[in-house]
Amino acid sequence: MTAFFLRRLWQMVPTMAGVLLLVFFLFNWVGGDPAYLLAGKMSDAAQIANIRTQLGVDQPYPVQLWLFVKQIATFDFGNSWATGEPVASIITSRLGPSLTVLIPLTILETGIGIALALALAFVRGSWIDRSVMVACTVGMSVSILVYIIAFQYGLAYKLGWFPVQGWGDSLRQNLLQYAPLPILIGLAVSLAPTLRLFRSFVLDEASQDYVRTARAKGLSEARIVWVHVLRNAAIPIITHVMANLPALLIGAFLLERFFGIPGIGREVILAVERSDFPVIKAITVYVAAATMLFNLLADMLYQAVDPRVQLA
Amino acid sequence: MTDTLSPGLWTLAWRRLRTDRVAMASLGVVLAFLALLALAGMGLVAADWEREVGVNYAPPSFIGAAGADAAVQATQAPLPPNPFDPLAADIAALGQAGAVVPPAAKRATLPFGADKWGHDIVRKTIKGGQTSIVVGLGAALLAVVLGTLFGALAGFYGGVVDDVFNWFYSIFTSIPSILMILTVAAVLQQKGVATIVLILGLTGWTGPFRLIRAEYIKHKGREYVLAAHAIGASNWRKMFAHIFPNVSHVALVQLSILVVGFIKAEVILSFLGFGVPVGTVSWGSMLNEAQNELILGKWWQLAAAASAMALLVTAFSLLTDALRDALDPKLT
Repeated sequence: MTAFFLRRLWQMVPTMAGVLLLVFFLFNWVGGDPAYLLAGKMSDAAQIANIRTQLGVDQPYPVQLWLFVKQIATFDFGNSWATGEPVASIITSRLGPSLTVLIPLTILETGIGIALALALAFVRGSWIDRSVMVACTVGMSVSILVYIIAFQYGLAYKLGWFPVQGWGDSLRQNLLQYAPLPILIGLAVSLAPTLRLFRSFVLDEASQDYVRTARAKGLSEARIVWVHVLRNAAIPIITHVMANLPALLIGAFLLERFFGIPGIGREVILAVERSDFPVIKAITVYVAAATMLFNLLADMLYQAVDPRVQLA
Repeated sequence: MTDTLSPGLWTLAWRRLRTDRVAMASLGVVLAFLALLALAGMGLVAADWEREVGVNYAPPSFIGAAGADAAVQATQAPLPPNPFDPLAADIAALGQAGAVVPPAAKRATLPFGADKWGHDIVRKTIKGGQTSIVVGLGAALLAVVLGTLFGALAGFYGGVVDDVFNWFYSIFTSIPSILMILTVAAVLQQKGVATIVLILGLTGWTGPFRLIRAEYIKHKGREYVLAAHAIGASNWRKMFAHIFPNVSHVALVQLSILVVGFIKAEVILSFLGFGVPVGTVSWGSMLNEAQNELILGKWWQLAAAASAMALLVTAFSLLTDALRDALDPKLT
């Protein structure tokens, strides 16, 4: 296990190097000279030259690349161009609000998704199964924007069940007052694709030999589904949820924007709007690193719950 | 086709598809949208969507003009003459010269209402759909062409070529796609239909790449490829004249999956203001306007854009599912 972990960690090095190169290529080469962006429209050559020296973009490309790698390794990205706040503190302070929404959302989504998928496995092929699947397809076709706009307008603005938007300082208040509506919308949006996926995992298991054996020895259908199938279908489900966590951090950006939640996703949108390159660069690199790490953890978890899987 | 020839993959798939009623209905809806798009593109339909045909926020005809709105307009009509108006003489002169054209009569209601400027929502939705669908199709086509080309090269040649493309693949898949799209949007700094197509196409090739590469690895050792090699076909010819027709169904299914995803992505990008430029209408920019209108109680633009998009995407998704089943020989 340790050897596997170390080897996979070693294999990440070229991918991580590639991510760094890609981000560097995008921002330092395709993006053009950031000094013009920063200096604004009314600037003279001396100011531009000054900013270029400050940013280090007057150096040759290899030196710029070295500076970039050093920034990543030391977690020191300097300050945001827009607000002057250190990038490291932006990332750490925005992580909490994001997780306050995402952790309950992931737990609820996975729990409800598994329960519904197993319930559908009971009645697979029936009209209930088929109509739920069609409902999922229709539900997935409505833009997430429409869900957010309609729910925010209906439940918060018109009915007043939830605050329209806002965020406080205490975790308790955030969790009980501000997070429930974003979580509800997140569930409404993500349950349909999750259910489709989990159902396919469950149905893969339902046609296995051990299910026939269990049925042959007289187990009830409920016991087969809720005990035998669940334990086996849990393997792809857990790894799927695990591997998708880092992407979720960004994926909730629309919820965070509409509800004024100061999370990572909203920070990305703000940074794109303000051309705040240091913030986007840092978030891209660290989210990519987190994605690779969580994929590795998912693989290791896979082996832990399924002893048949041999890690090569 | 003679009787001795057995039907090919596409013939069989079409036969299977034709028996599937849901698939045929979806195909009809998708074709109707495409026809509308073609007509709008040629300027035959909705070309004059920017004409202000109705009053501001004219409600849909099936509701009828609301009494409150009519009252507001009545009070707005004539202003009492102002003796201190410094421009009064100028305006009178202009009026006499005939320079002031009286505005065309505006209708109080429209079939599905009007937006802030009095544009007909039905025409606007058609025009917006044109932008969104063109972006979705164009970007998906670019992504599938790139994915197929890279996948063919990686799968066919193997070795170092394969390693290089897999390296690219691992880089692009380790950055979540929405973050990748936003990052590229931040860097490019310019708006436009071509830019979104480029952003989505250049970031979306990984899915088709993985599947096409696997198909090429499977096919390159088959007898028909060896036979082509024996008669001296070039590698390029083997890849695209011999193997590609046998794996093109994978590319087609990927194409339709990506179209759905990219239409949704374009709507989000345009909504955030990173998509189509100001002055171009798309379903995303309509939702952006609709968000503020909803608070005023003007729900029709939201309803029109949302339901047009939901209808197309539902039909496209159902068609994709049916297409995948029809093209998968294992299922029969």
